[in-house]
Amino acid sequence: MLYREAGQFKTTYVEDMAIFPIRQDRIALAVLLGIAFIGVPMFATFHIWPFGSDYLLWAILLPFLILALAAIGTNILVGYCGQISLGSGAFMAIGAYSAYKLATGVHIPLGFLGFAISIPPLPVLASILLGGLMAAGAGILFGIPSLRIKGLYLAVATLAAQFFFDWVFLRIPWFTNYAPSGSVNAPALDFFGLVVRTPVERYLLCLLFVVVLTVLTKNLVRSNLGRQWMAIRDMDIAAELIGIRPLYAKLTAFAVSSFIVGVAGALWAFVYLGSWEPLAFSIDRSLELLFMVIIGGLGSIMGSFVGAAFILIVPIMLNLVPTELGVPLSTQTITHLEFIIFGSLICYLLIKEPRGFARLISIGKEKLRLWPFPY
Amino acid sequence: MRAPDTNEILLHVEGVALAFGGVRALRDVSFNVRKGEIRAIIGPNGAGKTSMLNVVNGFYHPDSGTITFKGRTRTRMQPFEAARGGIARTFQNVALFKGMSALDNIMAGRTLKVRRGLLWQMLRYGPALAEELEHRRRVEEIIDFLEIEAIRKVPVGRLPYGLQKRVELGRALAMEPDLLLLDEPMAGMNLEEKEDMSRFIVDVNNHYGTTIALIEHDMAVVMDLSDRVAVLDHGVKIADGTPDEVKKSQAVIDAYLGVSH
Repeated sequence: MLYREAGQFKTTYVEDMAIFPIRQDRIALAVLLGIAFIGVPMFATFHIWPFGSDYLLWAILLPFLILALAAIGTNILVGYCGQISLGSGAFMAIGAYSAYKLATGVHIPLGFLGFAISIPPLPVLASILLGGLMAAGAGILFGIPSLRIKGLYLAVATLAAQFFFDWVFLRIPWFTNYAPSGSVNAPALDFFGLVVRTPVERYLLCLLFVVVLTVLTKNLVRSNLGRQWMAIRDMDIAAELIGIRPLYAKLTAFAVSSFIVGVAGALWAFVYLGSWEPLAFSIDRSLELLFMVIIGGLGSIMGSFVGAAFILIVPIMLNLVPTELGVPLSTQTITHLEFIIFGSLICYLLIKEPRGFARLISIGKEKLRLWPFPY
Repeated sequence: MRAPDTNEILLHVEGVALAFGGVRALRDVSFNVRKGEIRAIIGPNGAGKTSMLNVVNGFYHPDSGTITFKGRTRTRMQPFEAARGGIARTFQNVALFKGMSALDNIMAGRTLKVRRGLLWQMLRYGPALAEELEHRRRVEEIIDFLEIEAIRKVPVGRLPYGLQKRVELGRALAMEPDLLLLDEPMAGMNLEEKEDMSRFIVDVNNHYGTTIALIEHDMAVVMDLSDRVAVLDHGVKIADGTPDEVKKSQAVIDAYLGVSH
């Protein structure tokens, strides 16, 4: 009854093209943002339930935000432009390691030319954004094959990117500043004199990145470029005949996607992990991001958030629920159960609703608008 | 307002030949399209009509022969270059973007007119928003024209066939083309839908002054709509002229009805 759009008339195209054209949705969003920006930090600062410890922030909200951002990036490529990518983890790694190198100072000795390229350490913010740009460059490079190959074959090409960069960051000591263990430490998170240390500050930093990039991405996908991507995805021949250049559309999708994934990678390394090794960005991460996008909803920004939440929270729930119910399970059993339940859930979802949670939500909203009448 | 029938040649196809392996789809076909006219290409199945359209908009490259469009002669070009030159096209089997709404499909047709780049579109503010609104206004005019207001937000995959064809026409119109190629715009339609579509084709020609080249099987429609008709059979042009001339041509009658042995 509350969810009605009766009486809400649109008199301009701007109103009609709004992200949330229905007033109730806008109110819900405002409440959500209020909770995210004010509620959570307040509760966490004063340790009010459920923020008694930092567990909820550290183990759930922080990874959720960063992985949701990475999922949005993956969704641009896979969901909007229809180019299957198994290399998201690699682009996260490129973002992370580029940001690390830039933040600690780049020194490329070109002994045979008699000089060296030296860049002094850059501020953290610039490093993170430039890390994203480096990932975008790599994305364009690995996107070039997509002009010739499609579908599964392209997936294999991006898989090659994944393994190549895994190898690069593991074997070339220059990238880790010759750290003997191969593990590197993030620089201090100094933003124009404001040093981010506590979990709450880290959470707010990520939230800011996520909100800004989400808005920019949403604008992009509902503008002409987004329509170009979707046109290429749905029918590339017809897209070409209305004047869309496949080269431009596909490479911009690779660039934008990799930029966002790269920034997410840099945040993951700097803000969440603090110190990391290449294993943090392995093929597992790529697959995880792909699952998030498929389960959440291909071609949906909101779906990326839902997918990220689902993938992160289900394992934790599977851990907590048996304990709460007083059924003590061994860690091993839990791990196995996790695989079983997770796998079957994904299969079930893909069969019942191949377009993911985002589609389920939009169906639910449509039904709610008419409730209690069927039509 | 009927577009002025000048004798200005918009498209001139000269001696085009096209072969797929041993199959010679087009053999030395020449014809022209005058500015502002409705030109029909007809012929029995497999006559090479669709191949002809594909050659015109750069989808196939002819083995020999030239195509002169708006005074510029070329032999090879990419489809998006043809689009840039002002050639729009619809397909025999609807080729819409299934996951997008009717509105988005038609908006996608405006791609070539979009001036603001990636960063502006990301900000969607000021000039970028103004541009988007301007395109939306033009698209709404087309939606109005084609009487598809009610379905503008519906994903095209869910629309019935007749409406999909209309949306596809809308997408082609959004390009504001100089030459509109329609590949069997009435295939698989019932009588009422055919009447609607015929009206839209005539209206497009009158209202926007768009030159139209169409392929059609329904003879009644072709004879009523078009100013001039070219007839293909087995990749060869066997007749060309006004509908009345073509109707009387013995070669055409033989091609359609067969020759008595």
